[in-house]
Amino acid sequence: MDALSLHRIHFAFTVTYHYLFPQLTMGLALLIVVIKSLAIKTGEEKYDIAARFWAKIFAVNFLLGVVTGIPMEFQFGTNWSEFSRRTGGVIGMPLAMEGIFSFFLESAFLGLFLFGEKRLSRWMHWWSAFLVFVGSWISGFFIIITDAWMQHPVAYHVTPSGLYEVSSFWGLMLNPWAWLQYAHNMCGSVVTASFVMASVGALYLLLRRDEVYGRTFLKLGVISGVLSCIMMIFPTGDLHAKYMAKHQPAAVAAMEGLFNSETGAPLVLLGQPDVEAQKIDNPIVVNKVLSFLIYGTTTAEVQGLNQIPRDQWPTTLPLLFYAYHIMAGLGTYFLLLMGLAAILLWRGSLFTARWLLWPILLSFPLPYIANTAGWMTAEIGRQPWLVYGLIRTAQGYSTHVGAGSSLFTLLGFLGMYAVLSILWIVLVYNFIQDGPIAASVEAAADSGEAA
Amino acid sequence: MGTLWFWIVALMLVAYVVLDGFDIGVGIAYLFVARTEPERQQAMRSIGPFWDGNEVWLLAAGGTLFFAFPLLYASAFSGFYLPLMIVLWLLILRAVSIELRSHSAEPLWRTFFDALFTLSSVLLAIFYGAALANVVRGVPIGADDYFFLPLWTNWQPGAHPGILDWYTVTGGVLALVALSVHGSLYLALKTEGDLEQRSRSFAMKAWPVLLLLTLAGLPLTVLARPHSLDSYLAHPVLFVIPCAVLASLFVVVLATRRGSAMTAFLGSSVYLASMMAGAVIGLFPVLLPAVGSEGRDITIANALAGSHTLHIGLVWWTFGILLAILYFSVIHWLFRGKVAQNAEGYGH
Repeated sequence: MDALSLHRIHFAFTVTYHYLFPQLTMGLALLIVVIKSLAIKTGEEKYDIAARFWAKIFAVNFLLGVVTGIPMEFQFGTNWSEFSRRTGGVIGMPLAMEGIFSFFLESAFLGLFLFGEKRLSRWMHWWSAFLVFVGSWISGFFIIITDAWMQHPVAYHVTPSGLYEVSSFWGLMLNPWAWLQYAHNMCGSVVTASFVMASVGALYLLLRRDEVYGRTFLKLGVISGVLSCIMMIFPTGDLHAKYMAKHQPAAVAAMEGLFNSETGAPLVLLGQPDVEAQKIDNPIVVNKVLSFLIYGTTTAEVQGLNQIPRDQWPTTLPLLFYAYHIMAGLGTYFLLLMGLAAILLWRGSLFTARWLLWPILLSFPLPYIANTAGWMTAEIGRQPWLVYGLIRTAQGYSTHVGAGSSLFTLLGFLGMYAVLSILWIVLVYNFIQDGPIAASVEAAADSGEAA
Repeated sequence: MGTLWFWIVALMLVAYVVLDGFDIGVGIAYLFVARTEPERQQAMRSIGPFWDGNEVWLLAAGGTLFFAFPLLYASAFSGFYLPLMIVLWLLILRAVSIELRSHSAEPLWRTFFDALFTLSSVLLAIFYGAALANVVRGVPIGADDYFFLPLWTNWQPGAHPGILDWYTVTGGVLALVALSVHGSLYLALKTEGDLEQRSRSFAMKAWPVLLLLTLAGLPLTVLARPHSLDSYLAHPVLFVIPCAVLASLFVVVLATRRGSAMTAFLGSSVYLASMMAGAVIGLFPVLLPAVGSEGRDITIANALAGSHTLHIGLVWWTFGILLAILYFSVIHWLFRGKVAQNAEGYGH
């Protein structure tokens, strides 16, 4: 395999693995703040115990997010040095700001949140949870500012030697693409956290143990799940797709499998793209819906790939098509599942509806798949560009780092991350097995001992 | 503007070395000074709330370097590809061993993570020292501003150096000894009982080696890169820095003898900071010297980002760093004092 492909797989693998952790912790941080608020508002001890339980799970996921995140910052320089050299004057800024505004905040207050419950007042402890939440969401924001500039470069100028520099700070920070992507992405993160919380709740109810907590987790997970699922689709997903259709028509045509421009374009629900023949095999389509979704009218013309030069088509088109369809299909399923659960919760029969607890229990991996597929849609859709319309992916990698070196370190990361995965499974299994009360006792000891 | 950002990045790296240096140093000394399970918990708890925040200085410095000197970031990170990846793996292993050892009471589990903690800390210290020595010695930068260093060649610092040669290995050993002194002084400050005693005597045993390596450091550096002295010869007042290095070393030993653990720890902090400052002054205004070809140095002037970027950066950087200092002060104040010896529960 050539060096370029290996560098791409290197980044794709490490970033995909990394994002398994922040997508949970960003959403979970919000839910923990909700639980801590309920604890203060109601004064019920079960919420304090629940918060300590989720803090344990949060801490392990946060740790893995941190250790797999450090290689991401390094890899801009190690594997994509030419990209870094040319665009460092722009993307270096949000990346540096992430470190300074988010990581310091998160690391300081996470320590306080995990070890400081006894030495802080109730409100101070609530604030430490809240600041961990703020820190993690700021971190996500700056990463998306960076990615959004690659997707939709704004507020830059080019120097005579071909370097990119920020021409307007607020232009960079207020990139419309970034805000749409951020809103959509954070909804996705809350969806993951809601499914995980609901799943653990369903497990306890199905096992008929810790049922007080089972009901609490399920209720919280379903309420935040249904809200975040709705917002993930409408308005955030909808607006993001419309904006994308305007600025990356090639990506949208490829995602939707639209080889030829059409007025009243159909929405392909299922099918397999055949790039050679430029058609979809075995399609199941709904007429005119694509035009409606993008332009709000069934008669609008949607640009197909035939209007785009072949050398600007996304390079791995079938993968893009499948990733997008997996994301959209799962998103629809999430809304149906959570919607149904919310109705039963409203009517007071959710906790005994074992037929529904089973799919809630088993669905927790699916948001991870959907979030990953969503990011694949965004990043494969950007191809063949590294910075859309400005720098091609083939122009950005470290030419002095050979294929052998890249393969060696890729294998190293594969091995390292396999070990991390095993540790993660063991630890999270243990937390859930021990249950909320044991976690609470341990956490109390943790925070008391340093006093 | 360039000089200002040079010192900002240098300052952040110094903060990283002094702060993460103490928890890496705790890792180096750990197996030797913390023998029983309660002692190991005590040692872990002494760095528990801090190590993660300390490590953020590396990320923040890296990000700031990327932002202010994109060319240096691109060239150095890709050129030092293999050692950087090894550093990343060591950082992962170390973080995992600190956080996961407490999750099972099984002695085998804990012994494994204890060994991993010390091993990864030792190797990290050596790699950091070697990395700094690589920058001081210089690398074979090509006409396109890039280079790629093999792990070793003929172990000589000449025109075709590797990551490891006699000079950089010496740098690695120096860093190992310096951080082990720094870390054990921190343990002596934050713990009590046998652990405190053993940490202090560990630091005192390593001290003569550190003095020797430090004294050897200056002539060896001049041998490896004769230009290192240029700044000093142009401004002889700068020789105050090497004097500070030696003075702080003696402060360490005197304060330890008098039983003033805080002064001793501050002494080793000043030692690390002035060693770094000495190296950085030796480089200035070069960021990464080229060997084997004149005029290919990566300098402040040719690596600097655009001035609009840097002006905006100054505003948020100042604001952000003040906030960070505030957080650090709050955390250290809340967790001030010694870690109790016989605390209940399990440790972090």
